[in-house]
Amino acid sequence: MPITTSLNTRLMAATAVLALGLAACDSGNESAADAPATDAPATDAPAAQAPAVPGEEDVSALQPDAATADDGVTLTIVSWGGAYTKAQVEGFHKPFIEKTGITIQSDDYDGNIAPIKAQVESGNVVWDAVDVETADAVRLCDEGLTVPVDHSALPPAPDGTPALKDFLPGTLFECAVPVSIWSNIIAYDASRYPDTPPATLEDFFDLDAFPGRRGLRKIPKVNLEIALMADGVAPSDVYAVLATPAGLDRAFAKLDTIKDEVIWWETGAQPPQLLADGEVVMTAAYNGRIFNAQVAEGQPFGIIWDRQIWDIDLWVVPRGGRNIDAAMDFVSFATSTEGLAGQSSWIAYGPPRKSSLALIGAYAEDPRIDMASHMPTTPERLANGLQNDYEFWADYNDELEQRFNAWLAQ
Amino acid sequence: MNAADTVTVETGTADTGTADTGTADTQPPALKEQLQRANRRARWKALGLVAPLLVFLLITFVLPIFSMLTRSVYAPVFADVMPQVSEAVRGWDGKDLPDEAVFAALVADMSAARADRTMGQAATRMNYEIPGTRSLFMRSARRVAHIQAPYSESLPALDARWGSRDVWAAIQRVSHPLTPTFYLSAVDRALDADGSIVLNPPEQRLYIDLFWRTLWVSALVMALCLALGFPIAYLMAHMPSPRANLLMILVLLPFWTSLLVRTTAWIALLQTQGVVNDLFVWSGLVADNGRIQLIYNQTGTIIAMTHILLPFTVLPLYAVMRGIPPSLTRAAISLGASPSVAFLRVYLPLTAPGVGAGAVLVFILAGGYYITPALVGGRTGQLISNLIAFHMQESLNWGLAAALGALLLAGVLALYWLYDQLVGIDKMRLG
Repeated sequence: MPITTSLNTRLMAATAVLALGLAACDSGNESAADAPATDAPATDAPAAQAPAVPGEEDVSALQPDAATADDGVTLTIVSWGGAYTKAQVEGFHKPFIEKTGITIQSDDYDGNIAPIKAQVESGNVVWDAVDVETADAVRLCDEGLTVPVDHSALPPAPDGTPALKDFLPGTLFECAVPVSIWSNIIAYDASRYPDTPPATLEDFFDLDAFPGRRGLRKIPKVNLEIALMADGVAPSDVYAVLATPAGLDRAFAKLDTIKDEVIWWETGAQPPQLLADGEVVMTAAYNGRIFNAQVAEGQPFGIIWDRQIWDIDLWVVPRGGRNIDAAMDFVSFATSTEGLAGQSSWIAYGPPRKSSLALIGAYAEDPRIDMASHMPTTPERLANGLQNDYEFWADYNDELEQRFNAWLAQ
Repeated sequence: MNAADTVTVETGTADTGTADTGTADTQPPALKEQLQRANRRARWKALGLVAPLLVFLLITFVLPIFSMLTRSVYAPVFADVMPQVSEAVRGWDGKDLPDEAVFAALVADMSAARADRTMGQAATRMNYEIPGTRSLFMRSARRVAHIQAPYSESLPALDARWGSRDVWAAIQRVSHPLTPTFYLSAVDRALDADGSIVLNPPEQRLYIDLFWRTLWVSALVMALCLALGFPIAYLMAHMPSPRANLLMILVLLPFWTSLLVRTTAWIALLQTQGVVNDLFVWSGLVADNGRIQLIYNQTGTIIAMTHILLPFTVLPLYAVMRGIPPSLTRAAISLGASPSVAFLRVYLPLTAPGVGAGAVLVFILAGGYYITPALVGGRTGQLISNLIAFHMQESLNWGLAAALGALLLAGVLALYWLYDQLVGIDKMRLG
């Protein structure tokens, strides 16, 4: 019997350790689901994922007038959160709700499209329309994860110009409708540099002249381009160089020079916060977020427009969703002339329709601020800027992400 | 746990009972049958009591883990998407390049997959074999409609890599649903064209270092927890009851607080402009422009994890210390030992079960931690679980996530076995 007892004790001890360990793991997982990382498609509690930017009200759930909401359709519209989502809510969510009576549940994500893939493949699609970057829009379409768009059904401009001619050339895609032109810029805390503020990408990498920590997004995209351009590659050659192994090594070698000083961020609301907290002195950021921190919060931030990397964001509708027709209606409405112009009066992102460009006026909350001068689309900013090569990133993202992660951990 | 314990004991007794009656031949058969029937009833009852737990564990734990582990060796996607080339390449001897029929099958599959929009799945699978081949497949599939036969010439003209034996050997490998790739990747290795295992080039190595880092951080957190937890537990065990209770609440209160709240509290405390750095500057330890980076690095991970896991050492230590009669130390002193000798040679060895339990618990939990490193770890404080989470949620390389998870599990079990050999699990007490 002593042997059995000992064995029993061992087994019980083992079970106890396992059970406790499991309990702890489970609680860890639950906490993870509630974490601010917005990749979990939490349909029931998106309000808990409200952006953590001070001064921004909770705009997550909007209800229409009870009288108009008759069919009970609720669309889950996913975008990047913070000031950007607020501009979209003011620009076209609210008018859409008023017009159709469809409820909109606004959800935030960090630009990672993996949940779309997971949702479509598991047959449980909870995101009805998602605001994605061009490379991701192309890739999702290539992999059959999003629904093709009938371009002829998109609303024409107020003067009757058909949508196909009204959208800027090269912005309409097979499965995606453009919603904003935005830019990756470098922002800095101007109060730290009263005399000579940084002005070029080279300054971003110059730790001697501009000491202090830097902020970069925790993905390879944009960082590799910035590194190459700061290393002397002309914007027009960047993607050709990046496609060669030597060019890739060169980009990583340039990033190596500031690696120890970088704080990596993941969501667009973080860089203005990092700057405001004094955690970084300069950071890569989305120009619209910095604009809102400047005008809405009065932060002393400056923007380096030198060789900005601009990109287009587009609406995509995941395949297999429950409300595809309503989602398409939303996309048409949001990308109409008024919808796009409405968004551009709240955040400094350019509208991809010619007819909307003419309507850009003052900032919605302060008529003294002219929005057009804050857009990434002014001729001189576009002249030395670089357009993100979506085909390059659609093809190379996975392998570069692998290399980037290994580099990051080393 | 209680129900399970009782059941084990009951079944044990029942078994012994059956054995006893079996030897007693003189008993009337009716009585023997009755007893057997009663025993059988007791067994069924016991099984009925544990059944809900068993079913629960089976559905929520065993099956998902089993299906995840399957993914680490089973990946049929390439053969599903590209059936013709998978079939054709099986006959290739692996010496020179495959013949025209195989190339033609590849082109046919690529056109079909592009039309079905399934090319991405097959290309992603190939990319796990040779990093960089996803773009090869995607770009070629986009242009394949414009090239002419013979494809064994036009395809390599499109991209020189189609003339590489490595690529074709990889295609041959992925056409089989069973694969060792994910386990090899998880230890920074891959198969080359001849089928031998080679170490990845330095810029792609990642996981071995991360396993070592996880081991090191877990061991350090365990040591810190023991060093900090032992005095607290000692104090609690030897204090008068009311004050000990107060101390116990102070230990338990953070234990009951959400992990996320505690982690974010550490962010507020440790950031460059945070409370701790302000104190350092105020006390003159560091200059205002020389504030210390305490968070978003390994230091942050270690501090936050130590705090969060501390109760897991304090509680078992306290339970064990409460059970040690004070008379033993007193007896040692009365027999001539100095207080320190009495502590080291009498008291300390008696706390071993608590120390062991606390150490094993903290080590195992620390090995699987990911939310805390993700929030405060920055670049250098990420552990292997963060990469598992990354592959689960972002890169969607579930095969690799499963392989990494299986290796982590195997490592934990190996350490558990080692602990059992060195200390003995039956000596462990969880309070």
